[in-house]
Amino acid sequence: MPVNKILYKKQLSDEVFVMRLAAPHIARERQPGQFVILQLDNEFGERIPLTIADADPAEGTITIIFQAVGKTTHNLADKVVGDTVKSLLGPLGQPTHIEKFGTVVCVGGGIGVAPLHPIVKGMKAAGNKMIIIIGARSRNLIILEDEMRALADEFIVCTDDGSYGRKGLVTEPLKEICGRVPKPDLAVAIGPPIMMKFCAETTRPFAVSTVVSLNTIMIDGTGMCGGCRVSVGDQTKFTCVDGPEFDGHKVDFNNLMQRLKAYRKVEEQAHHQCHLDAEMRQKEQSQ
Amino acid sequence: MSHPTPEALAEAACKELSSLKSRTVPLTPRDRLGIPVQEMPTQDPVVRRRNVQEVACGYTPEQAQLESMRCLQCKNAPCVQGCPVRIDIPGFLKLAADGDFEGACNTIKKNSLLPSVCGRVCPQEVQCQENCTVGKALKSVDKAVSIGRVERFVADLERETGRTKAPVIKPPTGKKVAVIGTGPASITVAADVRREGHTVVMFEAFHKPGGVLVYGIPEFRLPKRIVQAEFDALTAMGVELQTNFVIGRTRKLMALLDEDGFDAVFIGTGAGLPKFMNMAGENLVGVFSANEYLTRANLMKAYDFGRADTPIYRTGKVAVLGGGNVAMDAARTAVRLGADEVHIIYRRTEVEMPARVEEIAHAKEEGVIFHLLENAKRLIGDENGCVTGMECLRYELGQPDASGRRRPVEIKGSEFIREIGTVIVAIGNDSNPLIPRTTAGLGTTQWGNVIVDDKGKTSLDRVFAGGDIVLGAATVILAMGEGRRAAASINELLRK
Repeated sequence: MPVNKILYKKQLSDEVFVMRLAAPHIARERQPGQFVILQLDNEFGERIPLTIADADPAEGTITIIFQAVGKTTHNLADKVVGDTVKSLLGPLGQPTHIEKFGTVVCVGGGIGVAPLHPIVKGMKAAGNKMIIIIGARSRNLIILEDEMRALADEFIVCTDDGSYGRKGLVTEPLKEICGRVPKPDLAVAIGPPIMMKFCAETTRPFAVSTVVSLNTIMIDGTGMCGGCRVSVGDQTKFTCVDGPEFDGHKVDFNNLMQRLKAYRKVEEQAHHQCHLDAEMRQKEQSQ
Repeated sequence: MSHPTPEALAEAACKELSSLKSRTVPLTPRDRLGIPVQEMPTQDPVVRRRNVQEVACGYTPEQAQLESMRCLQCKNAPCVQGCPVRIDIPGFLKLAADGDFEGACNTIKKNSLLPSVCGRVCPQEVQCQENCTVGKALKSVDKAVSIGRVERFVADLERETGRTKAPVIKPPTGKKVAVIGTGPASITVAADVRREGHTVVMFEAFHKPGGVLVYGIPEFRLPKRIVQAEFDALTAMGVELQTNFVIGRTRKLMALLDEDGFDAVFIGTGAGLPKFMNMAGENLVGVFSANEYLTRANLMKAYDFGRADTPIYRTGKVAVLGGGNVAMDAARTAVRLGADEVHIIYRRTEVEMPARVEEIAHAKEEGVIFHLLENAKRLIGDENGCVTGMECLRYELGQPDASGRRRPVEIKGSEFIREIGTVIVAIGNDSNPLIPRTTAGLGTTQWGNVIVDDKGKTSLDRVFAGGDIVLGAATVILAMGEGRRAAASINELLRK
């Protein structure tokens, strides 16, 4: 089985895709919470971090779930079963600290449900009571609902527009759950930085420890460039080797969000171009 | 500053050489001291500011021969004492002076594996050339025999004329050695161990091999094709290369020995952990480690706008903090990317700068502005978290410190603001902690350098280390020397 070959591909929602890739070395070592760095062209391509959603060591495969937002993820989405990915490095980052905490409330927003899934699996297997909240802007952006529901002792879906489940933000049910007696022993929140920020603010008054998983700009993913640095408490940490999971109550989310926008202008141009190219292709095909 | 064209230098060398050759009596030492130093031909600074091609073009054969004739063939060879790998310098210079460039290259290769690389990036002025009798006689290290330039010439000639000979490989021993990292130390180990007939697998985390030679040192100082040629040679020898494979994560070091059938491991993972200044505002947008900036520009080819997907900050005012070779590389890269102004901020004076004199000169020629006895105190950002300025402090030199350099002392109340759009922190690197953190029992110093004995062996059996992971950030030639030593120990171990 050729390494880095795409064995399975499915579109989960508008711009979200799932792929299974042959990566026996990564599959063997990978633990929940870890990620890979992917590159489609070794000469001019960029290196991007993607969370490993699942892995099968026996089969030698890993599963990635990604949203087509930049040039590389768009090009990746255009690949089909049988294609190969040029470079895949991993598993990177510290694995999630999994043990029996008691009751764990897990919050996943949008594409963040993908990295949350293996953590939920691990926490469940460790004997925790699992309360799961997943949310998205609207119904068509909800992913992995069945998989998460199957692992949950209590399951809540929210959409911003009310097209499915509860209408509102994930922080509302999170607040209710934190207010219960006894309160949950741990919260895990993964999603857009703004969601993680407000989840951390929601749990803070209840003193519920909150783990967040950050997705920053990276190049090497091995601690060499420092592009992924974040302010955690009064320290600077490297997301690639010290994270990607940190204490949500200590992360400087404003700085994180600003740093994520560092190349936004360049990327928006690329994204726009991708859509134009796709439209052109469609037009050509229909003619 | 007038810039002599390569053509003018070549012509002058031709004339000088033919006049020397027409002489009937042998050259006296006095004659040799009279031969003019052969200047390295370089691209015009105005032109090279806008390209990434190599700055130094290399000697012509006549220049190489003339420069070699300047050597006095001292019996005690002080130059060799200054060479970390003890190359027979008078020996190769004598052959080069006679026009036997192939013989000269073979002499170098007995001790050094990477003459094309070392000829370019070795700090010769503080090694072999510092001790050179010619330089001493002419009262300036700048007038020493340009050993590095001749080394580069003979090695380039060998490669470019396709005369690189694959070394003889002994019959297979059935023994297997893992080499972690693909920088200069690892390249040396791979070649030396493979020659003995052992199987060698090199592991590289990046998608391309070469370590600091490809991510750090810019194209204009060390073209990638030269590094690639070294790997082509290694592959031709039968060395296996596994890219996109990070030991400690993709596989634990001990698993290589315990489960994967390797008989020995060499750790050559280098000094890849960028240091920051721990000042306020250092995580603002637009602040980079030199590693990040150079990796984007070099390995990821961000200089190739429109083709490369990896973005980089290109315009505006750039400040580089630090005075080493990496700082010069970053500043000169910024010039080429199209920055409006590039400033080097260094808290001592030029004399104390760790960068090579040549690199400092090149940076100045290319328009980099130097601010000495000055340092950043904190960085200032706007409402979007982007860096817009830095508060600097002026310094003066006090008493010498432990390094023998005069300690910079801040002048109280001398704060002032510099307007700046990009800051590159180039104050050094610590060793990469990934392997020590994931390998139980591997002894390290408090700074995270792997501890080795006088044979390059670590605290673990069958595990050796060398290069920057042992030395802290040092030089290519020292890394190579370390690699040589570890390879000899590995070969000795595997003979048993």
